[in-house]
Amino acid sequence: MTLKAQSAQKTETLAENIDSSVVKATVIDSTTVENTVVDNNAQSSQQLSYRHAFMLVLKRDLTIAMRHKDDIINPLLFFVIVITLFPLGIGPEAETLSRIAPGIIWVAALLATLLSLDRLFKSDHIDGSLEQMLLSPHPIFVLVLAKIFAHWLITGLPLILIAPLLAVLLHLDENSYTALFLTLLLGTPVLSLLGAVGVALTVGIKKGGVLLSLLVLPLYIPVLIFATSAIDTAALGLPYSGQLAIIAALFFGSLTLAPFAVGAALKVSTN
Amino acid sequence: MPKQTSTPLLSAVKLTCIREERLLFDELSVEINAGDIVQVEGPNGSGKTSLLRILSGLSQPYDGQVHYKNQAIHHCREEYQQNLLYFGHLAGVKGEMTAEENLDFNLALHGNKTTETLAYLAKVNLAGFEDSLASHLSAGQHRRIALARLYQSNAPIWILDEPFTAIDKQGVASLEKLFSAHAERGGCVILTTHQDLISIKPEQIKKITLDYSYDSTFD
Amino acid sequence: MWKWLHPYANPEVSYHFTNKLLPWLSALAAIFLGIGVVWALLFAPADYQQGHSFRIFYVHVPAASLSMGIYFAMAIAAFSSLVWQLKLADASAAAMAPVGAAFTAIALITGAAWGKPMWGTWWIWDARLTSELILLFLYLGVIALHNAFEDKNLAGKAAGILTLVGVINIPIIKYSVDWWNTLHQGSTVSKLGKPSMSLDMLWPFIICFIGFSLLVAVIICLRFRNEILARNSIRPWVRELVQKQNS
Repeated sequence: MTLKAQSAQKTETLAENIDSSVVKATVIDSTTVENTVVDNNAQSSQQLSYRHAFMLVLKRDLTIAMRHKDDIINPLLFFVIVITLFPLGIGPEAETLSRIAPGIIWVAALLATLLSLDRLFKSDHIDGSLEQMLLSPHPIFVLVLAKIFAHWLITGLPLILIAPLLAVLLHLDENSYTALFLTLLLGTPVLSLLGAVGVALTVGIKKGGVLLSLLVLPLYIPVLIFATSAIDTAALGLPYSGQLAIIAALFFGSLTLAPFAVGAALKVSTN
Repeated sequence: MPKQTSTPLLSAVKLTCIREERLLFDELSVEINAGDIVQVEGPNGSGKTSLLRILSGLSQPYDGQVHYKNQAIHHCREEYQQNLLYFGHLAGVKGEMTAEENLDFNLALHGNKTTETLAYLAKVNLAGFEDSLASHLSAGQHRRIALARLYQSNAPIWILDEPFTAIDKQGVASLEKLFSAHAERGGCVILTTHQDLISIKPEQIKKITLDYSYDSTFD
Repeated sequence: MWKWLHPYANPEVSYHFTNKLLPWLSALAAIFLGIGVVWALLFAPADYQQGHSFRIFYVHVPAASLSMGIYFAMAIAAFSSLVWQLKLADASAAAMAPVGAAFTAIALITGAAWGKPMWGTWWIWDARLTSELILLFLYLGVIALHNAFEDKNLAGKAAGILTLVGVINIPIIKYSVDWWNTLHQGSTVSKLGKPSMSLDMLWPFIICFIGFSLLVAVIICLRFRNEILARNSIRPWVRELVQKQNS
């Protein structure tokens, strides 16, 4: 408290400047009446439910993505190319490849997600629509969830669809296909959710791309470990429901916590 | 409703803002009532935008609070934002969507009706451009798409940062008319602009002058 | 209930308090570290299996546990900064991050150096070392994010959010790495011979541990002081301080 008093003293003379410009309250009865009219208007205006707000943002993001198909295709191409590089670097022996296939596919999926994360908030931040969303009367987590879900539909889902094809290239064990599919299905949303926190933190920074990977990749480690292990276990013909359960737990954990972290981070980034 | 004096629509209480180690304003207090048109003045870099962003709740002040009807805005965020329309430097228009889709989304997001979108676009001189992708339109047209929201807005508090940038003379005149009408309806308008407001009577306009400069602060 | 803490939320008061605290802390740290290190390196008995190379334990273990401890302290600071808007909590978190990273690095390097005689290789994907490595990444992420923002206040808030996300993830990461390790190696080599440490080894260890903790406290106080000054550089009391220094 002492600091406040001091600074107030020091700046007393300067405060006068502002005091003189303080807008004083004006008492006009007619505005009182009309003010209440405006209030009623505001309250009676269409109130969007959470679901409506969610669908509104989801639809918008999907529309934009559909008109900008590069954003969908490029990360997929990256995924495919990275996976093709490994046999070239390591050698084409089917035995080696099938042993490292789960790890390669998952690491490539992490990197592909990372590449696509940037578009989650970046363009909205640049053109100002992010500000408008934060100022809308809806809870931020609803809007954030809608954006993340749209992002997963655009990047995670195609990844899952194309993964079996790449698994063939890498001679993945036949028993593991279901496990690969299931881990990707449960794991890629986690990647989108955790990644969203990283993007939200770095969206205001000019060269945030490299920083983003530094922030996000360590957080992806548990998903990587349990997903690859589930696929490995499946190859041995053993049950892998334990690993799946843990990935599901990670999914629900990040689903409940990440949107709030993203909301807080976005507020900092747009400050 | 009790007497108007007790509840200003929006009030700033001892706001202090520090940016990049510069004190922009210190212990700034302002009360804004229904019917006010407030023009924030000051040279570039004097903190006009910072003040508007703090008032809108986008930025946090270093110290001090903003109150909406005597309630700190972070305690009644949803209610405040229902009653707020903020228009910043950035238009918030997506290049991948058409003018109509953009306005539709903006209106719906803030809980307004979207039935008369085309009429509002016509009011900002964008008739015939509804179906053009915004990326094919000019910067001024982007801003007009965003400003078209003003015609539908029920929010009493308008905070507008440089609303006249890239808007032609005719557009400026009709916006000024809109502001007066809004103030008469019992709303308030807080805006920054480097132009003089022509069609609004000077006695109707209240001015906040920000002229803090770094050198004069501590010597 | 927390009223008595209130004056310490004032930067000037905290600055002077830290100033008064520093000589005492430094003296204590010097005494404990002096006694502990000399005892541990010269007088404590050598391990019957590992010989003298065991002595690196007196540095490695305190560094490793402090590296974790500092991260949790950072998380507490970040939490109080976000919830109660304490600006000083940001400053203290910013002061802690590089110290924590340094101690994590020390733990890693001493761990590797210890591994050489034990396992015959500098690096082994041991569960503890791997977790420590990931912890280092988390620290570096927080520091990098903090540096990326030009505005110190925003930097503090952003780094705080990341720290909290990290602290939720640390147990998960640690668990997953442990699990991964047992899966791939059969059994982990337990470094910290859990079975009872003899008393003439335990005492120097405890003193070393306290000494290192005090050292951390001293470094954090020094950095905290600088952070306060940097964040309040436009405040009159800081300017007076500078003028006093110059004259």
